[in-house]
Amino acid sequence: MANDTRVAAAPAGTPTKVTQGSRTKGGIGESTLRPDGTLKVTGEFAYSSDMWHEDMLWGQILRSTVAHAEIVSIDTSEALAQAGVYAVLTYEDLPTEVKNYGLEIQDTPVLANGRVRHHGEPVALVAADHPETARRAAAKIKVEYKELPVVTDEASATAPDAPLLHPGRDDHHAGHVPHPNIVHRQPIVRGDADEAAKKADVIVSGEYVFGMQDQAFLGPESGLAVPAEDGGVDLYVATQWLHSDLRQIAPVLGLPEEKVRMTLSGVGGAFGGREDLSMQIHACLLALRTGKPVKIVYNRFESFFGHVHRHPAKLWYEHGATKDGKITHMRCRIVLDGGAYASASPAVVGNASSLAVGPYVVDDVDIEAIALYTNNPPCGAMRGFGAVQACFAYEAQMDKLAKKLGMDPVEFRRLNAMEQGTLMPTGQPVDSPAPVAELLRRIKARPLPPERQWESTEGADVRALPGGLSNTTHGEGVVRGVGYAVGIKNVGFSEGFDDYSTAKVRMEVINGEAVATVHTAMAEVGQGGITVHAQIARTELGVTQVTINPADTQVGSAGSTSASRQTYVTGGAVKNSCELVREKVLEIGRRKLGTHHPAWATAELLLEGGKVVTDGGEVLADLVDVLEDEVVEIEAEWRHRPTEPFDLRTGQGNGHVQYSFAAHRAVVEVDTELGLVKVIELACAQDVGKALNPLSVIGQIQGGTTQGLGVAVMEEIIVDPKTAKVKNPSFTDYLIPTILDTPTIPVDVLELADDHAPYGLRGIGEAPTLSSTPAVLAAIRNATGLELNKTPVRPEHLTGTL
Amino acid sequence: MDFLRPASWEEALAAKAEHPTAVPIAGGTDVMVEINFDHRRPEYLLDLNRIELLREWEVGEENVRLGASVPYTQIMEHLRAELPGLALASHTVASPQIRNRGGVGGNLGTASPAGDAHPALLAAGAEVEVESVRGSRFIPIDAFYTGVKRNALQPDELIKTVHIKKADGPQQYSKVGTRNAMVIAVCAFGLALHPETRTVRTGIGSAAPTPVRAREAEEFLNAALEEGGFWESGKIITPSIAKQFAELASGACNPIDDVRGTAKYRRHAVGIMARRTLGWTWEQYRGTGRTLEGAA
Repeated sequence: MANDTRVAAAPAGTPTKVTQGSRTKGGIGESTLRPDGTLKVTGEFAYSSDMWHEDMLWGQILRSTVAHAEIVSIDTSEALAQAGVYAVLTYEDLPTEVKNYGLEIQDTPVLANGRVRHHGEPVALVAADHPETARRAAAKIKVEYKELPVVTDEASATAPDAPLLHPGRDDHHAGHVPHPNIVHRQPIVRGDADEAAKKADVIVSGEYVFGMQDQAFLGPESGLAVPAEDGGVDLYVATQWLHSDLRQIAPVLGLPEEKVRMTLSGVGGAFGGREDLSMQIHACLLALRTGKPVKIVYNRFESFFGHVHRHPAKLWYEHGATKDGKITHMRCRIVLDGGAYASASPAVVGNASSLAVGPYVVDDVDIEAIALYTNNPPCGAMRGFGAVQACFAYEAQMDKLAKKLGMDPVEFRRLNAMEQGTLMPTGQPVDSPAPVAELLRRIKARPLPPERQWESTEGADVRALPGGLSNTTHGEGVVRGVGYAVGIKNVGFSEGFDDYSTAKVRMEVINGEAVATVHTAMAEVGQGGITVHAQIARTELGVTQVTINPADTQVGSAGSTSASRQTYVTGGAVKNSCELVREKVLEIGRRKLGTHHPAWATAELLLEGGKVVTDGGEVLADLVDVLEDEVVEIEAEWRHRPTEPFDLRTGQGNGHVQYSFAAHRAVVEVDTELGLVKVIELACAQDVGKALNPLSVIGQIQGGTTQGLGVAVMEEIIVDPKTAKVKNPSFTDYLIPTILDTPTIPVDVLELADDHAPYGLRGIGEAPTLSSTPAVLAAIRNATGLELNKTPVRPEHLTGTL
Repeated sequence: MDFLRPASWEEALAAKAEHPTAVPIAGGTDVMVEINFDHRRPEYLLDLNRIELLREWEVGEENVRLGASVPYTQIMEHLRAELPGLALASHTVASPQIRNRGGVGGNLGTASPAGDAHPALLAAGAEVEVESVRGSRFIPIDAFYTGVKRNALQPDELIKTVHIKKADGPQQYSKVGTRNAMVIAVCAFGLALHPETRTVRTGIGSAAPTPVRAREAEEFLNAALEEGGFWESGKIITPSIAKQFAELASGACNPIDDVRGTAKYRRHAVGIMARRTLGWTWEQYRGTGRTLEGAA
């Protein structure tokens, strides 16, 4: 053990250069520090689970122990009789006619109504004066189930006699789906794939399987509902979109939206898993019933049942290419398992289909994507949202094509890479930079990490080898592999959604200094949005002090913290409101001081360093003198360019706002005898348009890369196909990467402005999650020579021991 | 649930005699998980944390007397030379925080086939000293594991000390998990060379209902080494011997399919680990020292 002092193969320095600096200190382009950073690493940050209220009760949810059953009876008497229990609620206690909720289709029961459709579905609620009392009382509720047959895949879900998950559907997708157990179907047809296939010299096809990934955010679902004197309720909760929650909560409670006042509390990660409601309605119901504040905190076990997961998928792909390496056509069929309730399935289908080709020029395509209703756990939003599954498959296809053509996989991709002006299979032109070939060139040009880094004069450093501290190899069986992948992700909500954000910005003089306040409902889930908002306000208003007000529903919607959209859309809204405030301030200045200098009337004026200056840099006035005791406050909505729905038969339509591109090179070492993998390096190149906060940008890219690595080699929720029950709802058996599994992640950031976006920026959070997984898979294939059509790769796949 | 806090070993024994259903707790890294998940709800918890002697160890002539509560971190730091196999196993236990709390007594008390210490104890050779108000007895490690999560303790007995043979030759320990750190064993293998008695001992974890030795593999190897004069010559073990040893080790498994791995993989992996750990220990025995202790 002579190597305790040697450097482990943990993330080393990041050889990344990004532009820094702006005209205003602490403005955009600077890596200003996050206000929550130190608190979080020292354990002092208050998460939603840390909240406390005097006289507070604890809520507990009783969940179904079976996946599909009729509820014959529920007996709550024993639970109610327990000392310390204040309320036990079932479906019968719901106060209004609105008993379901859902992001797009309101198909999810607040509490089960005579039937449960998946393992872990909420059946009853308990409020008690102690969490343990609540838990024991919940265990005393007697639910009699009569089990029903389960449907768990396409064949069983669409069989002629398949039990229907939602009989009598009347949602807006019901009319165009081929079977009622299909949530949504989106074909995309462009050109003539059959005709184009005739020009192909080589054709490759494959079936790919993507496992069910969990967001595995570290802060479990939690919140506190406090009943108010006006009959309303104040809800403090960790979520991704306050106003979307509000729209779903208020009707169930029978309250007008203004009586449900929501405030964001400390969010411990989200990654899509907080787009759907979890404990929100349940806590409010218990609080309103008991007249006492009610707190609900899931434990990790419950969290695995308390939020949707990434859709597992089966994907069939066929590509053709000419012998000089041009792709002729692509046909694919993507089957996503949405589980028991719709959640975000329709939008995931839209993404999977419209991004199914990847960042390549393919004129003739025939694409079909569907999402199923099954008795498996509900699936919905997760970082990468439909694009992840497709990227895993099309990138495997690219390698297969290159191999069959005898071409270098990177050169083959570069030859077919899309660029600005390329038409998407939806017919939408890509009208901003699409540096796909350049990203690939950069990751390939990077020097490879040295071989056999685990070797030293004193023996093998097992930490740098597959198996790590488990001491399974000292180099035996270890083979290196290198793999490449690139992906395309849309930014923002698509398909005609009114994807706006609201920002309220105030400027005033406090203690002799002009300061700004920014108020939005943006959910800070760790992405660094509040840091960026302050930077934007400093840049636009030329102030140093910016206060960010807590996010709540007292201001208009900021949309969801998802789809890589917040810096673009709510950042755009903050910028817009700042510009409106600036105009107003300059108007005041002209009114008060316009006669003092001709430039007030003639020059382009800016706010910088607390002063009004001309674009030539001449100071006209101090903001303190302009504003005096006036307060300028503006709340305004801001919208990006509108999108349109995809045609239901052809998939044509300008459906997306913006595209985001990242490429990865994975270097892995595989113990080929034991089937264990060590990722040595996972280099990323990504175009970010403009890095508003370079450090946060790199953090997002490294985080997304690591999440992609997780699903490549370890992360999977395992559902028993016979019972549709989850087999590994714990961090003992649902594994996420530790720091020893996380390689060096050098990041190469490009900043090619998108002229349609604020500051030219590009949403960045998701793209690195796409290409990371197929790059690791490609590297493992390269090391082992195995085909590997399933992710995550398990040791059994690498050793033929399934 | 009553919480019993004896101040001395004698008081602890008395408490256990009075309340045989009491669950002893030291580091709590196993018991607390069970309680938190409501997997068990003991009538009494018997807190052993005030009992100093359980946290002490002593290196004797032939054995190390290891108190049941000595945390894994201490074993890694202080007993690497005497108990190299157990030190390597300790390295693979969970996280640093858990290693600071948990000890071998907990592994033995729970007697899960996935406990990391078991293969190392089986390979090294050990006796578990247990005591009750009726007196104390030594249970050979080979007789300690009696079933899935069952051991040879009587209801009134507590684990006091583990007497582990000091290494008289190289020892190795390997564990397969599907993550490079902080992972529960899919399967594990411990191997110890005992040049003084010219024997090899092994231990298999997580590949049978209990931790087991690969006895046929040991017997085969002991005979092969003896017949070939390997102990004297220190020559390289032939690939065919290593292969057969690995196959017999694999054959000693009686694993199940579960979410952590298939039975087929476990058998396969145990064979690979058997071959490799034999190679590493033998290389060290031959004196090259290249792979001393696995460099963990």
